[in-house]
Amino acid sequence: MDEQSDHELIRAVLQGDASCFEVLIVRHQPRVFATARRYARRENEVEDIVQEVFIKAFRRLSGYRSEAPFDHWLMRITVHTCYDFLRNHERNREYNISDISDAEEDWLERVGDDDKARTEVDRSATRQLLDRLLAGLDAKDAMIITLLDLEEKSVKEIAALTGWSESMIKVRAHRARLEMRKMLARIAPEKYL
Amino acid sequence: MKLDNLIDKLLAAAREDRPSDRVPYAFEKRIMARIAEQPTADIWSVWGRALWQAVAPSAAVAVVVAAWLSLSPAQTDRFSQDPELEQIAAMAVDLPAK
Repeated sequence: MDEQSDHELIRAVLQGDASCFEVLIVRHQPRVFATARRYARRENEVEDIVQEVFIKAFRRLSGYRSEAPFDHWLMRITVHTCYDFLRNHERNREYNISDISDAEEDWLERVGDDDKARTEVDRSATRQLLDRLLAGLDAKDAMIITLLDLEEKSVKEIAALTGWSESMIKVRAHRARLEMRKMLARIAPEKYL
Repeated sequence: MKLDNLIDKLLAAAREDRPSDRVPYAFEKRIMARIAEQPTADIWSVWGRALWQAVAPSAAVAVVVAAWLSLSPAQTDRFSQDPELEQIAAMAVDLPAK
């Protein structure tokens, strides 16, 4: 059976067949989930983000211009929704850089030892430590570091996704890294300075 | 170890640990149910439509009020043309205070 393209499905939705939107959700939701999990850790928050992304997409579908692929357009909505999430949770985010766990401390102790295979404990420690650092940043800076250093997007791509200027992204990325340095230095100044 | 190097290693480790793209069972059904229970139009289009719908009744009310004002004689004219009413008013003004 021929699979309908995104554009064909969108046309059908706009002509009143809302059920075609479900096919679009099934097709694109794994990527939206993976992106949302970069910004939210609790699964219920991730689900809220994904749900909001698709509801916004459905409402704005008539404004979608078919020159660009649908997943680019959807990723812009995803990034904006994740940014809204970071902004709304800016004050609630945990930030206690001095109170790191044993696993995080252990990871920092062994960070130079590249030969060691990474365990699940290591991965969890890395995630926690990075979460602490990102939680200490402004929402915009946390967003830029995530897109630039974790998602490996170029400055140009970030500008297209967020609508922010390239120069602002570069300045903020630099400033965010300095801030992360300061936070790490506070953990164990005698070891890392 | 230099802090910049440490940050690089932390970011590299986090990069390797890609978030899962797992989707909860029948999540698309949940979204479709939410879409179905919400009004499809956004608030601005609802507001715009309401404004357009209000144009005709508002214009009709304006025309009726204008016609009523232009056809009915002025209040002051009626008062001055009614001698009885004028007398009552004059008496009320001249009444000595107790």
